[in-house]
Amino acid sequence: MVKVAIYPPNSLILADLIERKGHTPLVLQKQIRQKIKDPEIDSPPMNITEEDPIKGLKYAAIEVPSGVRGRMSIIGPLIDEAEAAIIVDGAPFGFGCIGCARTNELSIFLLRNRDIPVLEITYPTNQDETYVMVNEINNFIDSLEEKSEEE
Amino acid sequence: MVKIALVSCGTEYSGIQKEIEKAANKFGAEIILPEIDLDYIDEAYEKFGFSAQSSSLKLMIARAMAIVEGKSKPDAVFIATCFRCAEAALVRNEVRRFIQNNTRIPVVTYSFTERTKADELFIRMEALATTVTRRSILAREKQEGLTLGLDSGSTTTKAVLMENNNVIGTGWTSTKDIIESAKTAAAEAFGQTDYDWDDLDGIGTTGYGRFTMGQEFGAELIQEELSVNAKGAVYLADRQKGEATVLDIGGMDNKVITVNNGIPDNFTMGGICAGASGRFLDMTSRRLDVDITELGPLAVQGDWRRAMLNSYCIVFGIQDLVTTLAAGGSKADVAAAACHSVSEQVYEQQLQEIDIREPLIQVGGTSLISGLVEAVSETLGGIEVIVPEYSQHIGAVGAALLVSGMGHRQDNK
Repeated sequence: MVKVAIYPPNSLILADLIERKGHTPLVLQKQIRQKIKDPEIDSPPMNITEEDPIKGLKYAAIEVPSGVRGRMSIIGPLIDEAEAAIIVDGAPFGFGCIGCARTNELSIFLLRNRDIPVLEITYPTNQDETYVMVNEINNFIDSLEEKSEEE
Repeated sequence: MVKIALVSCGTEYSGIQKEIEKAANKFGAEIILPEIDLDYIDEAYEKFGFSAQSSSLKLMIARAMAIVEGKSKPDAVFIATCFRCAEAALVRNEVRRFIQNNTRIPVVTYSFTERTKADELFIRMEALATTVTRRSILAREKQEGLTLGLDSGSTTTKAVLMENNNVIGTGWTSTKDIIESAKTAAAEAFGQTDYDWDDLDGIGTTGYGRFTMGQEFGAELIQEELSVNAKGAVYLADRQKGEATVLDIGGMDNKVITVNNGIPDNFTMGGICAGASGRFLDMTSRRLDVDITELGPLAVQGDWRRAMLNSYCIVFGIQDLVTTLAAGGSKADVAAAACHSVSEQVYEQQLQEIDIREPLIQVGGTSLISGLVEAVSETLGGIEVIVPEYSQHIGAVGAALLVSGMGHRQDNK
């Protein structure tokens, strides 16, 4: 079983494709759920506290806006944990979205530099491209299986 | 309940959502998010015409569009984006302009960090809520009875006694202990009349210490200084009808308020840099070894171009002025340069954020520094700047005016 980071990190479609193959998608929702369940934190609606943007300093310097660091405090650990990554470029809101272009740039850069298998694809614009995208993702996940078996 | 629409690109990710809601709730307002569907985001974004990369900014634009198009009907709008984000700052400004140009809804903008606390937002939320809920009070044009206005500022505490639409006593002291300073200023004001505390019909308080004073003296009106100063300014300048801009360069923060028929409809408030405050001029006068009251006339005689500052900073800017003096520069040029520096920075940080409407009414203690008033006019391309009588007591005058009609202490007796 391989831990696969996805981008956008809250894409349910990507998470589902990975789960179907028996791997673990690293998704934002799990991080958020952990925050909501933690009885000591109370900052609705997302339970991010002022401490989180400070934790984000691990990934971005102090001159980076607090919103980027706050997002990185949740996404950063997922990137650190990743053993593979699938990045979908140009996705619309409905596919998954973190809302901030600067966070996108930094997260994708960090994933590319992790020395792990990375699949980068562009969001499809028609049905044929959609088949191609799903096939590419499935092939990529299968190749991860082969690698983990070899190991 | 006053509904304040939050138009933002992700306050929740900075951990300050709770603080914003807390600030709004304190003044009887609630934060709402204009509801829009997914398709409307792209439609609104295309219509607006700003190519933003961040999808939250697209959402922000769509929420602003929903307000302008009447799909969402808030009473006021709070626009907030992350401090230091260039793209968000551009969108924040354009969205503010868009809402102001197309609606009469009061708008406040703010750039936040994770350190933003509810206290910093109180004055903005209170002013927004006041503009919506207390229009009748703000419409008051004449003072009646005997009222006392107390303004506890960061540097000085002011008291003004008014009777039948006239200022009959004023007091001014440096702020130390809030209550004691208020009592000292009030005693000075009472000393110019035959009246005492027992003769008052009502008390209005404003400024940083407004809650503490209000509680101690049982004030009938406890009001933030944005509404109060705006009202006091148009009253004293006799500009209660039509449009005007009120500028108050204070000891700790600056306020720029646009007013329409005596009611504030937009304002900005800055307080990040001491170099853009009265404190800078206070330090300059000490360095020049002149009294603060002499700084203005001295600056009028000088030319700021002969004493260039390389920094707006209260530390490094003042250092530049000292260097100019050491190199044989004149005190007058240095005083002029200090006034120019404050004026220029106030313009860069705040005045450009707001559509300046003539006349500009300059108030607060710094309005007595003639060199600064001249520098503000010059920075704004030579526009008319009015400094009304009692401009240094503006908050206290505004509080005394607004509380009239609310206090019935003599009736109760």
